[in-house]
Amino acid sequence: MNNSPFILAPASVTAVMLKVLGALLPGVVVYAWIFGPGVLVQIVLASLTALAAEAAMLAARGRPAGRFLADGSALVTAWLIALTFPPIAPWWITVGGTAFAIVVAKHLYGGLGQNPFNPAMVGFAVMIVAFPALMSQWPAQGLSAAEQIGLIFGAPRPLDAITAATALDALRTGLHESASAASVATVMASHPAFGQFAGRGWEWIALAYLAGGLYLLQQRLITWHIPVALLLGLGLTALPFWLADTAHYASPLFHLTAGASVLGAFFIATDPVSGATTPRGKLIYAAGIGVITWFVRAYGAYPDGIAFATLLMNICVPLIDMKTQPPVFGRKERR
Amino acid sequence: MNSAEFRAIAENGIWRQNTGIVQLLGLCPLLAISTSFVNGVSLALATVLVMAMSSGAVAALRTLIPYEIRIPVFILIIAALVTCLDLAMNAWLHELYLVLGIFIPLIVTNCIVLARVEAFASKNTPLAAAWDGAMMGTGLLVVLAILGGMRELIGSGTLFAGIETIIPGTHGLQIAPADYPGFLVAILPPGAFICLGCFIAGRNWLDARAAKHAPAAASAAAH
Repeated sequence: MNNSPFILAPASVTAVMLKVLGALLPGVVVYAWIFGPGVLVQIVLASLTALAAEAAMLAARGRPAGRFLADGSALVTAWLIALTFPPIAPWWITVGGTAFAIVVAKHLYGGLGQNPFNPAMVGFAVMIVAFPALMSQWPAQGLSAAEQIGLIFGAPRPLDAITAATALDALRTGLHESASAASVATVMASHPAFGQFAGRGWEWIALAYLAGGLYLLQQRLITWHIPVALLLGLGLTALPFWLADTAHYASPLFHLTAGASVLGAFFIATDPVSGATTPRGKLIYAAGIGVITWFVRAYGAYPDGIAFATLLMNICVPLIDMKTQPPVFGRKERR
Repeated sequence: MNSAEFRAIAENGIWRQNTGIVQLLGLCPLLAISTSFVNGVSLALATVLVMAMSSGAVAALRTLIPYEIRIPVFILIIAALVTCLDLAMNAWLHELYLVLGIFIPLIVTNCIVLARVEAFASKNTPLAAAWDGAMMGTGLLVVLAILGGMRELIGSGTLFAGIETIIPGTHGLQIAPADYPGFLVAILPPGAFICLGCFIAGRNWLDARAAKHAPAAASAAAH
């Protein structure tokens, strides 16, 4: 991160956050193009809620509202929430999740820089624990814009006709329901949620997130440690299981492109506040997220594991950072 | 014992050294059972009863208990009283007994009971000790009532659900609209921790405000 020469442009929090939002844009565009404009509505909802909650909490804490509102960190949280929540989630789920993230997970812990947990992932975890069904419905193919917006604002939800499970969800239920008869291959062939590698369309979204993530790397806003270690941790855990039993475990490629893997690797786990900070610490932290994510996906009851894995590793960050302090320059490595 | 001392004991138990939000003792039943108002209050009432009786009993016997083995003796006294309560609730409030389950016998291991017996009852007269136990329990009761009510209201949109098991003929209130989906997190353990954290923060805020106002008032008076 800090290689010579040591003359750096003064990086303001606002500039960093704006670049992160810019890096998310390709993913947002592809997401909206494949699944419809529901995600855009969610982004607007989450952003407005985040700004309102941020302003209210800053006022309550007696902090200058203007300066902290302009830093954009609440917007990044809002966008991550909008991108991880289902695009047709009812409005109150997005509003509630975002408000919880900003009020409880961010400001009650002391605001930006003090929060031990990733606020967006806290919002996601709270909502998926409270409303598992509503948090697992993605729009079925060909759902019109008007229908999506109607669903967000309270139209009745005839199950299955308009909603679909994600690939991860469909795979788990497919494997569990039909016991030994089904294999990964038959489930993937029979369910409309699957595409080339993983979820239909999800591969392209993952690719777009990857492009944004590479931009963050190029801008030196993140280092390679966390994305690489997270994806390796996930892929290398999936690999032996897949090799041993191809019928019942999805391929590493499936896991890497499905769900929030790439988004998590480049945008969620790299949160500089709640993530590890030392180089070796980042590797341990991110690999842990990858491994836990695989286990939650394979054996857990929830559609994706990134949120829970991130929160679990967030708790370990103080310990990881303490144990991986690099030696002071000029000193030998501690034994 | 004059009335001022009794008032001091009451204030100590309910506010200054509140077991739930100041001493943070006995959190296991506090968090596990406060999923609804009725559950929280009924366990707290049982605890009040046990604390008053055991503190009174220990204070009455305090000169007879050898110092070196006092803790086992305290525990024996508390356990005997809790067993009586356990059997009584099983007999007369059976449905509630089924809901509270293991947490009634576990009152024995609630550290706040032993803490008050050791810290107060073993050094004071029976009447003051019983009053102290009752007031400490009441502090817990207040916290459990608010916590249980809050979690029940947010989690399932009702209030006083299950009250028919205690007072026959009454029934709980449906506060939220009938199609309220229920915010499950409030019922789950994280909800208990978050709510309790908010209470502690609120109490600290009140204390900090009082501390800020007190010197200001004093200096204003001096001028």
